[in-house]
Amino acid sequence: MDGMVGSKSSLSWAVNISVVLLVMLWLFPTVGLLVSSFRTTDQISSNGWWQSLFPTEQNVSLRTVDPDEDGVQQLVNGLYTVEGNVFGDTSEAVISVWGVSSRAIDSFGPGDTADLGEGESITVQVDGSYVWTGASELSGRGQRVFATAETPPEFTTDNYRTVLVDGNTTDSMAKAFFNTLTVTIPATIIPIVIAAFAAYALAWMDFPGRSILIALVVGLLVVPLQLALIPLLRLHLGIGIGKGYLGVWLAHTGFGLPLAIYLLRNYMVGLPRDIIENAKVDGATDFQIFTKIILPLSFPALASFAIFQFLWTWNDLLVAKVFLIDATGQTTVMTNQIVELLGTRGGNWEILATAAFVSISVPLVVFFAMQKYLVRGLLAGSVK
Amino acid sequence: MNPAFQGLLTIIIGVGGCIGYFYFSNQFLDKVLYPAKGPKAGHNINRANQIRPWLFLFPAMFALGLYLAYPVFATLWYSVTDRDQGGAFVGLANYRQMADDPKFWEALKNNMLWLLIVPAASTAFGLLAAQLTDRIWWGSFAKSLIFMPMAISFVGAAVIFKLIYDTRPVDQSQIGVMNAVWLQFEGGIGSFLILRLLPGLLMISAAAAALYVAYSQVTTAMEKRGTAFILLVRGVFIAVLVWIAYSTLALALGAFTKTYPYGVPQQWLTIPGWNSFLLMIVLIWIQTGFAMVILSAALRGIPEETIEAAIVDGANPFQVFFKIKMPQISGTIVVVWTTITLVVLKVFDIVFAMTNGQWETQVLANFMYDKLFRANDWGVGSASAMVIMLLVSPILVWNVYNARKEMR
Repeated sequence: MDGMVGSKSSLSWAVNISVVLLVMLWLFPTVGLLVSSFRTTDQISSNGWWQSLFPTEQNVSLRTVDPDEDGVQQLVNGLYTVEGNVFGDTSEAVISVWGVSSRAIDSFGPGDTADLGEGESITVQVDGSYVWTGASELSGRGQRVFATAETPPEFTTDNYRTVLVDGNTTDSMAKAFFNTLTVTIPATIIPIVIAAFAAYALAWMDFPGRSILIALVVGLLVVPLQLALIPLLRLHLGIGIGKGYLGVWLAHTGFGLPLAIYLLRNYMVGLPRDIIENAKVDGATDFQIFTKIILPLSFPALASFAIFQFLWTWNDLLVAKVFLIDATGQTTVMTNQIVELLGTRGGNWEILATAAFVSISVPLVVFFAMQKYLVRGLLAGSVK
Repeated sequence: MNPAFQGLLTIIIGVGGCIGYFYFSNQFLDKVLYPAKGPKAGHNINRANQIRPWLFLFPAMFALGLYLAYPVFATLWYSVTDRDQGGAFVGLANYRQMADDPKFWEALKNNMLWLLIVPAASTAFGLLAAQLTDRIWWGSFAKSLIFMPMAISFVGAAVIFKLIYDTRPVDQSQIGVMNAVWLQFEGGIGSFLILRLLPGLLMISAAAAALYVAYSQVTTAMEKRGTAFILLVRGVFIAVLVWIAYSTLALALGAFTKTYPYGVPQQWLTIPGWNSFLLMIVLIWIQTGFAMVILSAALRGIPEETIEAAIVDGANPFQVFFKIKMPQISGTIVVVWTTITLVVLKVFDIVFAMTNGQWETQVLANFMYDKLFRANDWGVGSASAMVIMLLVSPILVWNVYNARKEMR
């Protein structure tokens, strides 16, 4: 702390707490999505995801087994008896109070016996198991039981199975996932190769007009790609590329180049001049210097740009919509698939949350694995 | 052909083709065109070295020209022609038609709000986060968590925040955090403190800050005068500040007098005025990490001596921050601000996925997409693209100017 020796400890507490709050505030939205993707439809619509992390107390309306089914009813000690569990199978829910009418849902405690009239009675235990007896044969539908039960947190991976493995074609993310991958990898690698050569020329070769070209690259860095949509779509349709992977690869290459050239050139200019001049004296050609010396040394900058371009192409919606996705929808990418799910499945949060999390998981992994290069690239790209 | 296989093939052809091009064109230049032997060896080497840079540059320059430079002029051309008349020149008719569309003015107004609020809020939060995380031992961990939304797509973020803003009918339990919190308020003293007093005071202090800056601008303008251009810029700046002060005061008044529909879940994204802010929060959430990373590096670059000297002279922490640190990182703040401004101008996915411009949330990029691909009106679409370009161009000029200055 800057010169406040006396108040150091209390202030550092305040700083720690505010950072914890800030981090929680920033994580909260993403965690909500992650938790929701592991819940069932019923769970999502019955309460907020933040309640699912703790045991929840819920009022549930349940029903015993239908006594008319074969073999359910047994005659024990002269009483017709139905036994079972109101939750169906065994469950970890804990019943605190229960009742047999919707107007009095808290009349009985666990283990109490409720008199249903006409010689019938029912006893419900704390875990939901019940014994329902009657002097005469039980009939009609199952007896209703209203219980206030505390259920432990419960999560499922079914949503991921639905979305990735056996979903129907409209919900499936599997194909969109591979389409996105197909778009992303060439669109990341090709601009790097092209830009690296250009960056070398701009950094270490002397020719008239060099500074104008650099200024041009800096200028193109900020040109919004919105301007390119119509002219380039027309161009692609005109020369027969049409809508498809080739078009989207070319478009991403073009749009990524200014940043690639700019980042790589800034990095290469900073490399020590001696190495390059020594190599020249030893008779190396520019091509050899570039491939043997500059490229290996520029690895951090190449990695920075690769991450940028990967994140940008993976997360892109607009370029894919314009240059890739045709009327058949066979080449849809994940971002587009999610937007369509938002339209058709607006209320099905389990599908939406899972689909969205599938799409953001890969960038998140890349982000945490290669954060160092990302930060370095950001600093090189914007701080001048 | 399987697209994955096609992709692999493209990588091989693309990368192999590029490397092959560079290798063989260099070989051709050195061995065939200007061989470095024979009677004119020296002359040939010089000629080859004059041509070589262009070999290295050609693919990149071709792609840049075709994919970024040419479209600027092509879009400009489309914006003054009519596709239905076979591309005939129609002058400013498209722009006139665009100006007659109320949706355009709505988009422009919203874009201006986005431009004011998102860069300001992201930079402020980023500065706060940088300042706080730099002084604790787990700061880099906290930083990477705040930075994380950078990796999340705008569409993914739209889904995340749609869940937060979700609304259920009144008799069901709310699954969106915002409504769940909203239903906690019932009009008592707590509601007064949090929903009326707090926002009201915040707005009043924002107005006071804006007026203070405006006042100090007026006094400097009185003292220094300067050229007509500087006076004009100052005047515009002061006018904007006064407008901000006026609107924040109006909001403060609203916070105290408005009747709130307590106990009723709200469809947040359909309330005009509010919903734009809710969409902005998504972008602020994403961009704060970026601002934090850059500003934190800048803060650490400040020489220790300047801070120590200020403390020795008896400066308090606030003075150290505002008088010593802020001036030294002002250049970085400008860079962060302009970078986020560029993102804001191009913002499309968030609006497209969350509201699609309904309920008065339209922005220029989405308006343009609407015109181009839904209404199929290339003239007006291109005209609105040119408006985005026009808004970007001051930053373009400024960047180019700085880059040129740096190279000298």
